[in-house]
Amino acid sequence: MRQVRIGAGAGYSGDRIEPAVELAEIGDLDYLVFECLAERTIALAQQARLKDPKGGYDPLLETRMRAVLPACHARRTRIVTNMGAANPLAAAEKIREIARELGLAGLKVAAVLGDDVFDLLRGSDLPLEEMEGTVADLGNRIVSANAYLGAGPIAEALAAGAQVVVTGRAADPALFLGPLMHEFGWALSDHEALGRGTLVGHLLECAGQVTGGYFADPGFKDVPDLARLGFPIGEVSEDGSVVVTKVEGSGGRVTPATVKEQLLYEILDPARYLQPDVVADFTAVEIRETGPDRVKVGGGRGRPPTGKLKVSIGTIEGFIGEGQISYAGPGAEARGRLALEIVRERLALTGVAASELRFDLIGLNALHGAGRAQGSEPYEVRVRVAGRTDSLAEAIRIGNEVETLYTNGPAGGGGVAKSAREVLGIVSTLIPAESVTPSLYILEA
Amino acid sequence: MKLRAIAHSRTGDKGNTSNISVIAYDERDFALLARHVTAERVAAHLAGIVRGGVTRYELPRIGALNFVLRGALGGGVTRSLALDPHGKSLSSALLDLDIPDGEPVFGRWPAEPEADGRRTP
Repeated sequence: MRQVRIGAGAGYSGDRIEPAVELAEIGDLDYLVFECLAERTIALAQQARLKDPKGGYDPLLETRMRAVLPACHARRTRIVTNMGAANPLAAAEKIREIARELGLAGLKVAAVLGDDVFDLLRGSDLPLEEMEGTVADLGNRIVSANAYLGAGPIAEALAAGAQVVVTGRAADPALFLGPLMHEFGWALSDHEALGRGTLVGHLLECAGQVTGGYFADPGFKDVPDLARLGFPIGEVSEDGSVVVTKVEGSGGRVTPATVKEQLLYEILDPARYLQPDVVADFTAVEIRETGPDRVKVGGGRGRPPTGKLKVSIGTIEGFIGEGQISYAGPGAEARGRLALEIVRERLALTGVAASELRFDLIGLNALHGAGRAQGSEPYEVRVRVAGRTDSLAEAIRIGNEVETLYTNGPAGGGGVAKSAREVLGIVSTLIPAESVTPSLYILEA
Repeated sequence: MKLRAIAHSRTGDKGNTSNISVIAYDERDFALLARHVTAERVAAHLAGIVRGGVTRYELPRIGALNFVLRGALGGGVTRSLALDPHGKSLSSALLDLDIPDGEPVFGRWPAEPEADGRRTP
């Protein structure tokens, strides 16, 4: 049976570069996919584009492309990525420029456009997900709105001969499903096949998270050589089953357990994993170890899509100011608690305009609240105060009040860190799929 | 014993919703998990963190449960004031859940290390 080898070269925007180079050079790949677009990343990218019309794509695009393009070109490995972020066309132009510099004449780069639905959505009365209100209620706070595109335009770009396909917002598994549709001739109406391909994409999309990354728990789940973690390769058969593996000699491991953790990662209802092209069903999935670092997965299913596309809307959410300081040794916790009380009173006394405040003792209650610590007092605690404000100036005052504990607070405080940043939030809505029209631009180096 | 002895877990996030998997080391322990790791117990164990409902999905074929916790992320990853806005560390909190002793268990950890010192789930 014919096989397609797809590698995942990134699981998020800032991911390691060398594992992708390793895949490009010795992974014997047909496709190398880079998934780099978290929910909020595109809203940040949109702001970058507002400042520079030629910007707004992934900040590591150039680094990644320079690192893998020569090997991919030499081995006829095609690249699919959502590093276009808020500006896929500018990203494609940049890739063309790099290809020319590297002497890769004739390289075809496709940009997938159409995910930007800002103009379509502004002022609409579509209801928001997970919260009260409509898009219109967000008013001027909206900075971006991007619909999750499916695999169709990616498959089309590949059929048109593109060696690199760069998208903006697309469903993460679609970056993998597109190549499989193209290679195996799966139609958009073949929902069973799309369900199986979505399973493949979902397993690979977070890169190292299926090869032993984000898995180790010493004594319980040991993973060798995480500093040289190998990124995954999916050997996909025409029947949609996949063997998940990695480059021999790389770090990490692929076992049924690593695959199961990734299978259930962020899918909500496993019988209804909602995608633009399909509602995938993972409840009949079968997982079998077939060799060292080789796990076969099959049994993905699919039903027709809902007809609606999810849209991520970036919103201005004000500012967050934060300050931290540490205490250690006998009485550390008591001094930490005193420090929090002092800052709480100071923020009130000096009238810092925060709409929401949070007081944590890192080492004691910052992650899961009070009452979970068992046993004796911690040797050290770190005071953390964070607050939400309407202006940067007010946000800065929060960290400053923590900093003044140096000379005005409890004994022995050290290691102050403070920050103040603008917050971009993300809310979602659903729009009818037919109101979104993807388009392709193909450039040649 | 703690849940950590028989299962592993990973947390993901979507908006203000947390998704926590609970996966038996040995698939034959699924029934044990299903009996003792109920949506109600998870909600009680993570009280104070989860503000909405807890839904449990069952995947007996792979010996796993998947929990969806609404309103668990302080208003959403992107605007939360929390130190861990994604709630990534919630899986570790859940593995601290008590499971009654006395019932047969197929895969209990940590196991004895192999000759090369590794323990292999």
